[in-house]
Amino acid sequence: MTRDQVRQAILNIISDIAPDEDLGAIKDEEKLRDQFDLDSMDFLDIVMELRKRFNLEVPEKDYQELVSMASSVEYLFPRLKDDELVS
Amino acid sequence: MNYDVIIIGSGLSGLAAGIRLAMFEKKVLIVEKHVEVGGLNSFYTRKHRTFDVGLHAMTNYTPKGVRTSPLGKLLKQLRFKHEEFRLCPQEMSEIRFPDKSIRFTNEFEFMEQEIAEQFPSQIDGFQKLLTHIREFNELDLDDSQKISSREVLESCLTDPVLIDMLYCPIMYYGNAAEGDMDFYQFVIMFKSLFMEGFAKPIGGMPYILKLLVDKYQSLGGELRMGAGVQSIAHKDGELQSLQLENGETLVADKVISSAGIVETLRLCRPKIVAESDLEIGQMSFIESIFVLDRMPKEVGYDKSIVFYSTEPRFKYRVPKGLTDVTSGVLCCPANFQYPEAPPEGIIRVTNQANFRLWDAMARSDYRAAKKEYRERGVNALLTYFPDFSDHIIYIDSFTPKTIFKYTGHLNGAVYGSPTKIKSGRTPVKNLFICGTDQGFLGIIGATLSGISMANLHILQAEAKSEYGRI
Ligand SMILES: Cc1cc2nc3c(=O)[nH]c(=O)nc-3n(C[C@H](O)[C@H](O)[C@H](O)COP(=O)(O)OP(=O)(O)OC[C@H]3O[C@@H](n4cnc5c(N)ncnc54)[C@H](O)[C@@H]3O)c2cc1C
Repeated sequence: MTRDQVRQAILNIISDIAPDEDLGAIKDEEKLRDQFDLDSMDFLDIVMELRKRFNLEVPEKDYQELVSMASSVEYLFPRLKDDELVS
Repeated sequence: MNYDVIIIGSGLSGLAAGIRLAMFEKKVLIVEKHVEVGGLNSFYTRKHRTFDVGLHAMTNYTPKGVRTSPLGKLLKQLRFKHEEFRLCPQEMSEIRFPDKSIRFTNEFEFMEQEIAEQFPSQIDGFQKLLTHIREFNELDLDDSQKISSREVLESCLTDPVLIDMLYCPIMYYGNAAEGDMDFYQFVIMFKSLFMEGFAKPIGGMPYILKLLVDKYQSLGGELRMGAGVQSIAHKDGELQSLQLENGETLVADKVISSAGIVETLRLCRPKIVAESDLEIGQMSFIESIFVLDRMPKEVGYDKSIVFYSTEPRFKYRVPKGLTDVTSGVLCCPANFQYPEAPPEGIIRVTNQANFRLWDAMARSDYRAAKKEYRERGVNALLTYFPDFSDHIIYIDSFTPKTIFKYTGHLNGAVYGSPTKIKSGRTPVKNLFICGTDQGFLGIIGATLSGISMANLHILQAEAKSEYGRI
């Protein structure tokens, strides 16, 4: 997957777990928690979706890497770059 | 067939737990004794009309965009858009006592103003109570601390009439015990009724239930109707299997039951002795539904919901007779902000009732008693409101006996046992409870309970410990 595809994959997950949000205005550097009031349950949903969709385990100590869009892409890209995206 | 999880009951809590589990690819089955989904909040059809059983108003209403409220969290966890629930807010409700009236809307400031006007000497005490309410973490799942709400209220307010006026809606909409309630439960109810608010979905409960069932099934969840659980087998303190009333045996790693705590333990084989410590709920209600030939506003009923007492002091306890008509809840489903007026005007009246007396009646007496208490209930309403008897075109009533028959809740106890098990754990390993007896009541509460128990006891196994808190 390319960086853009990883970013899009994260966007897809957030739009599924928070269907009321307008993600067009997302600020990549800002904390997701602050932008969308995501709480610990929402972050776990993100982690569970990553497992479900990409068979990727995010250990608890790494949860902090998912704090913003930018940091999520930074963290996930090396772990997903060798995966091929089929639609 | 081996399931990851079997859920007992397709009420709101069972359906919500099912959606969460199916969403994360658990193999999940809901078994429901009845032929309709919904449990305490179902619907039924008589003479071409569909009536909601348990819906006066959905409490906890917050508008779109409020993300941290119970409704906001529920929508996110079940992945619905706010619009999908099609909620129409209330117009105005009222607490009506002799010589006193407190009106309230979905704007809490309005109610504060009413209290300041009606009870000027109490407003400082009321603010003090609000501070207690705001600072309290009612969602903590630790059961150990018990605080009497009456003690807290009496430490803030000196006028017993105001205390009773606050209790009247809160107890009617969510108290399993007589006379007093735990402060955490009071806080949940206070916020859900007054600080959040009331709304009704277009299409009523049939619509909401269909939304939930469709989502559950589209995620691969299985649902079996007419499949009552007869017993839960356990060995060495651990869950083994479920036996259905038709003799079939089902196996699952974990079971979540929404049947009630005492009801669930009674299904366990061998029997569980701890059952004796748990109280069986007592509070039940009779409700009459009057279909009118015009809208309630045309006969002088302009509020969404009225909680009333014809006596200066409000009592919440199992009546000595069949029914206590001196207090009640009056609901006009048309008086919500619907885009289109509903086809018929309906008035619903709810009073406290005694399960044991209703249940013991012979069939012919039962019919006559329903009629008699319906009329007495309407007569009591005339203390405050105009007579609508000439405009009734259809009447139906249900009693505590009906509630027991269709939901299996012992004593027809709408709010379950006064003993709540917030952790959802039972003495049997891998057997959990959700719904009413886990301590979150009402439509939104039960739904959140199903979500949080599925999170805490199943999905958390793959995640971290703070999971399951709402
Ligand atoms: C008259 C009335 C009015 C109400 N008004 C409102 C209101 O206006 N607003 C509001 O928010 N709430 C209201 N409520 C409360 C609300 O309906 C309940 O709090 C909520 O629906 C409880 O959901 P639950 O999932 O915990 O339990 P239930 O709905 O009782 O679900 C339990 C399910 O388990 C099934 N079951 C039981 N035993 C077995 C077994 N052995 N095998 C298989 N299945 C079994 C039952 O059939 C039932 O379907 C009202 C309730 C009533 C009765």
